[in-house]
Amino acid sequence: MSKIADIQKLLTSGAISCRELTLSYLDAIEKQNSILNAFITVTPETALLTADAVDKKLKAGEALLPLEGVPMALKDNLSTAGIKTTCASRALSNYIPIYDAFVWSLLYRQNAPLLGKCNMDEFAMGSTCETSFFGGAKNPHDLTRVAGGSSGGSASAVASNLAPYALGSDTGGSIRGPASFCGLVGLKPTYGTVSRNGAVAYASSLDQIGPITTCIQDAAAVFDVISERDENDMTCVGASEKTLPLLGRPLNGTKIGIADEFFEDVNPDVCQAVQNASRTLQKLGAELVPVSFPMLKYALPVYYILADAEASSNLGRFDGIRYGPAADSYDDINDMICKTRDMVFGKEVKRRILLGTYVLSAGYFDAYYKKAQMIREAMTRQMKNDIFKKCDMLLTPTDPVTAMPFGTNMSPVETYQKDICTVTANITGLPALSAPCGYDGANLPIGMQLIGKPFCEADILNAFYLFEKETDGTFLTNLEMGYRL
Amino acid sequence: MKWEMVIGLETHVELATETKIFCSCTTKFGGEPNTHCCPICMGHPGSLPFLNRKAVEYAVMAGLALNCEINEISKMDRKHYVYPDLPKAFQISQYDLPLCLGGYVMLSSGKRINLNRIHLEEDAGKLIHENGKMLMDYNRGGVPLIEVVSEPDLSNAQEAVEYLETLQLILRTIGVSDCRMQEGSMRCDVNISVREKGSPVLGTKAEVKNLNSFTAVQAAIEYEFARQSEILEQGGKIQQETLHFRAATGETISMRDKENADDYRYFREPDITAILVTPDDIAALRERLPELPAVRIARYVNDYKLTEQDAGLLCKYKRVSDFFEAALSGTNNPKTVAAFILTQMFSLISTEVEREKWETPIPPEYLRDLVLLLDSNKINHNLAKIIMVKMLETGNDPESVMKAEGISTTEAILIDALCANAIEANPAAAEDYRKGKEKALQALIGNVMRQSKGRADAEEAKKILIDLLKG
Repeated sequence: MSKIADIQKLLTSGAISCRELTLSYLDAIEKQNSILNAFITVTPETALLTADAVDKKLKAGEALLPLEGVPMALKDNLSTAGIKTTCASRALSNYIPIYDAFVWSLLYRQNAPLLGKCNMDEFAMGSTCETSFFGGAKNPHDLTRVAGGSSGGSASAVASNLAPYALGSDTGGSIRGPASFCGLVGLKPTYGTVSRNGAVAYASSLDQIGPITTCIQDAAAVFDVISERDENDMTCVGASEKTLPLLGRPLNGTKIGIADEFFEDVNPDVCQAVQNASRTLQKLGAELVPVSFPMLKYALPVYYILADAEASSNLGRFDGIRYGPAADSYDDINDMICKTRDMVFGKEVKRRILLGTYVLSAGYFDAYYKKAQMIREAMTRQMKNDIFKKCDMLLTPTDPVTAMPFGTNMSPVETYQKDICTVTANITGLPALSAPCGYDGANLPIGMQLIGKPFCEADILNAFYLFEKETDGTFLTNLEMGYRL
Repeated sequence: MKWEMVIGLETHVELATETKIFCSCTTKFGGEPNTHCCPICMGHPGSLPFLNRKAVEYAVMAGLALNCEINEISKMDRKHYVYPDLPKAFQISQYDLPLCLGGYVMLSSGKRINLNRIHLEEDAGKLIHENGKMLMDYNRGGVPLIEVVSEPDLSNAQEAVEYLETLQLILRTIGVSDCRMQEGSMRCDVNISVREKGSPVLGTKAEVKNLNSFTAVQAAIEYEFARQSEILEQGGKIQQETLHFRAATGETISMRDKENADDYRYFREPDITAILVTPDDIAALRERLPELPAVRIARYVNDYKLTEQDAGLLCKYKRVSDFFEAALSGTNNPKTVAAFILTQMFSLISTEVEREKWETPIPPEYLRDLVLLLDSNKINHNLAKIIMVKMLETGNDPESVMKAEGISTTEAILIDALCANAIEANPAAAEDYRKGKEKALQALIGNVMRQSKGRADAEEAKKILIDLLKG
């Protein structure tokens, strides 16, 4: 099962030209984006230019690169030279970057037609996509519900067949959450595998870019292309192996850990679906190992302290001086910066900047930031020295709930609670993969998550690949909308 | 006087790397505003810094030359403050794990000025105020800097200036910075407090920011000393504050533009991995250090018998002492070589700025050739000076100058004959001298000079005349 492979087959067989294919997607976007709000910017010129280059290659009988000719979409926090990159914020609502994100340049070199830039929570701060300056992206499974966040637009676009796949970014679950809400596959790679160069930073020590796809094979194929070492990102070492050829290895001998802590306060439908999935994995040869991760209770506070601290620093640059809208009347430069920032940031972003500034302030640093760093190290140690001594990977729900209706009135803390299963992978830098494993009573997709050892993307992809095959793709999203092959 | 001052300096020095500290933009001074910039040094969204290893090396070399301990593991931190010259709203600097710790600078008095640390950081952009508008030039943003932080070991303006001069000389000598205060590649913050003489307790300090000349440092210290001791004299209290020095009036004024300036909310820069400097790296960098000025001065005094002062003058500029050494090789006359540089060349290349650049009209080999002619008695001192003047004027070597000026090397040998002629032509003067009238010698020397059309060496003529007359 691979949409990417299917598309390339159609292209090489001559059944469809890349231009026709790209136009079909663009057409579908034009018809349905007004409903879904998945894209902030659509880029037909760029897409068709690339498509024509692919057609030329096809005509010449040249072989295609792994992702060549397959249209895709990027989350709107990935820098695209000459194309607006808004981060779904008023602060960048008119910002056109002059340089390309490394991941975009890798895909560009693959001749992947860029369909557009996807909606998201403002600066990736949110779990429902509702903090977007442009309004939230809708869940194709139920248009009254959120697509998840922060990469909600990417998930909405892929689930509704407006793009074969998309890239998202994941700081605390922003790829996996929406993937789970929309019945898709989402991979948050090991920190340092994919270059963050050109990804507008939310929390630099937690951010990773990864694919949102309809199936495991596509996630592997995209990951294999974007996980290249980038000498301009000092924290990026790239992946050491290609994962796609490693799919299909038997699970015999693989130990899958299950920690009860991850199932506390989880919706019963979700619990049930993940437990069912664990039995399928067991049937496939995996050994289920009960483990314990008591430090999970610290994960959310640690995450929100560290992420907000870094965010308060990263977002300091949005002062209206060099780019972005600026206040038009002010007394002096400080007044201008204050008024601009007050004007361009939404409520959630302001909340996180304030919290982050607070935890870094003199007198509070030790009690909050420093302590959070220490717990982060302890959690990382516990993962390495305890959990991964007992098992090879950890199976958890991706999200304790399924997609909620728009405007569900939750306190910030309740909203943050939603990230309980995903933030640990970011805090500890581990790779984590979400894949669909069932539906709840309202017929909304449920996602399960595998957290792997550092740089062991191939292993978690393989486990869920076998699950997907075993279940015959039953849980994969296949909605009758958008452009269907 | 009842009061004494305690001074510590924070000196910012731009490193002479080709490219900026976190991107590949040029570090060249000047240029049209905002032409030496890229998304990284402009802090565009999503841009990431990558650390220029050369900057680390230069900072380590500075640390080694200043006797610091080098931290094998250090890191970069973010220092936050909001100002339009800082495009990311934080400066990437080093907080609690700087590259270099300790170290010292020796003053000529033998007093040792201890250093606290040297850390690596990026420079900010520049604000230009024009017609009531504030304009930003980010060309300088991201140029690598080291901040050399001294302990409060300095006790007066003279010591502060000597400390800075010594620092400047050392850093120039090892080639890590041109330390040009007028171009801002060396800038200084002065922390100064006043206390009762002999008191072990430090007074409340004031910080004078961004001084960009030695004169300003001196003036600011003297002004602050007067101001603070005056306040204390009257029984007042010193405010801990940041001051700005007005060169025009020689006064310091309070800077009130940075609110909460002290809370920089430092935290580790997550985009830059730890900086590792292995013992092997340190050894290799130590190997690359040239002879340091203090060592060089001592060598000139001991081996070449130059005076401390002359040795100091030659070594004040690395390029000058390198020129000296090149001109010296092959001759056996360091004093003469030094004299030509310190007199004729220094009067031609007269400003500090020019001497630091040391763009000479002649290569050192020409000076060497001239001194060799002198050593072999083919010309005399007086002639040599005349030839040197022409060499500096024309940029030609001594042989061509002599050819052009019609000076023959044999003239020198003729001086004996000229002296003999002079005595013969002035028997009366010769007689007077023999009788003890020393002044009579002047007439004879004058005669020699006239015969030689001014090319004879008066001192030499004097010696020969005396020999002949006494003979």
